Amino acid sequence: MKAGSNLEKVLESGRFAVTAEAGPPKGTSAAVVQKKAETLRNACDAVNITDNQTAIVRMCSLAGCVIVKQQGVEPVMQMVVRDRNRIAIQSDVLGAIALGIRNILCLTGDHQKFGNHPSARGVYDIDSIQLIQTLKRMRDEKKFINGEDISGEVPLFIGAAENPFADPFEFRVIRLAKKIEAGADFIQTQAVYDVPKFKRWMEMVTERGLDKKTHILAGIIPIRAVGMARYMRDNVPGISLPNELVTRMEQATSGKEEGLKIALETIEQMKEIPGVHGIHIMAVGWEDIVPTLVERVKLLPRPVL
Amino acid sequence: MKAITGQKPFEEIAQLLGKCENVYIVGCGTCATMCHTGGKAEVLKMKEQLESTGKKVTGWMVIPTPCDTLTEDALKEDTEAIKAASCLLVMACAFGVQTVALYTDKAVYPALNTLFIGQEEAPGRFYEACLQCGNCVLGLTAGICPLVRCAKGLLNGPCGGSVGGKCEVSPETPCAWQLIIDRLKEQGQLEKLEKITPIRDWSTSLSGGPRRTTVKS
Ligand code: SF4
Ligand code: SF4
Repeated sequence: MKAGSNLEKVLESGRFAVTAEAGPPKGTSAAVVQKKAETLRNACDAVNITDNQTAIVRMCSLAGCVIVKQQGVEPVMQMVVRDRNRIAIQSDVLGAIALGIRNILCLTGDHQKFGNHPSARGVYDIDSIQLIQTLKRMRDEKKFINGEDISGEVPLFIGAAENPFADPFEFRVIRLAKKIEAGADFIQTQAVYDVPKFKRWMEMVTERGLDKKTHILAGIIPIRAVGMARYMRDNVPGISLPNELVTRMEQATSGKEEGLKIALETIEQMKEIPGVHGIHIMAVGWEDIVPTLVERVKLLPRPVL
Repeated sequence: MKAITGQKPFEEIAQLLGKCENVYIVGCGTCATMCHTGGKAEVLKMKEQLESTGKKVTGWMVIPTPCDTLTEDALKEDTEAIKAASCLLVMACAFGVQTVALYTDKAVYPALNTLFIGQEEAPGRFYEACLQCGNCVLGLTAGICPLVRCAKGLLNGPCGGSVGGKCEVSPETPCAWQLIIDRLKEQGQLEKLEKITPIRDWSTSLSGGPRRTTVKS
């Protein structure tokens, strides 16, 4: 075991993992985070706490993770390279470990232009692949980037994201291989709507044997309403949402029901794809749906290891 | 190499000038002329605008290349008019502004924003080509700079926002990493990108503090 986290145990035991995502508030209330943790408690193996997602200022991921952990729910700390240089990153990692956080997900982060402080200076001192490398070196060699020694243990289960739907398509697998080589123990993908494209990508992944070197969790974002489907199709860079899903949402009597159905079908398909080791549900602002979703795809109860 | 400039809003210029009533204007015959931000036409227009707000323009000149040392001699040619002014308004890139400031004791104000060092892709259309990072990686990236042409300066790109050859920040901006990958593929060198580019040393850039060098003779 690298970190002994619950997520690591579930994945290493060969079980199909379930993670979910929760966004901290644009404010100071711990209760908001606690409530989300309660909702997700029995429905997943770990909860990702986002890091100023879409470059909108929110409570920091580290604090969110600690609050979730105090509730007895395992956090995955998301960390973007947009806002911190290597000094701040390594310092945050030490602090996170001291506070009992074991899973860290390494991300580039959405460009600051998209957020609520578009005039901010982007940091990008190191990139997401270099962040993975940094965490691996901190864990395996107990060394900082500069080669100096870290005191104490550095148990970490290192995650990364990958978007099979971004371009150039053939390069996405090479990039995944680089992330694995850098040290990614698990991968959470961008939301899957275009299942055939995802399958093609997974074939390339398994051909290279990459599924044996990391754990791939397929991303799921349940659609709540037809407007959301259209917005994601047209405005979210790197999401591929086929027109037929928009049509399905348009024709449905209940958007929520149809969205749930689409998510259920997608998860069932993910369970069948060779090399997929779990799902990552990003029902941001609709966390309530997660227990229902996980129950209906027969992934409950979650294992206690 | 061209310094691409844009004119500051007139209100900002007026604010910079403040109480300075007598102004001497310096234009640039090279980059700023090409950008239509500091050539003769723009200098004359500025003169008119300043005069319409009650300022007195004691004189003006367009120096062929205000960023070089000949600027000293150029300024001497109009000593009287410059003497009569209490400040100089420079319609050149920041390099020109700083060079002019070397050769006068008067207050020197910039009328332009220096945007970037630009490469011309079509007549009048420029993109940023280099930010002088001091540690060039073009050899790994098919001659396309990922530090300025990728919105996140990624060394192991592309990020997950690259779609259809465009960058996530704007549909008008090509994704630098798509360009790099296309080019390396054409050259049969795509495997170059399979290796992880290590964390870079930013101390050669501005992060290392103000930079200086002495050219060996
Ligand atoms: S890598 Fe540095 S020196 Fe080379 S083009 Fe880019 S900014 Fe300029
Ligand atoms: S889309 Fe391309 S250019 Fe834009 S930030 Fe991502 S990798 Fe860089």
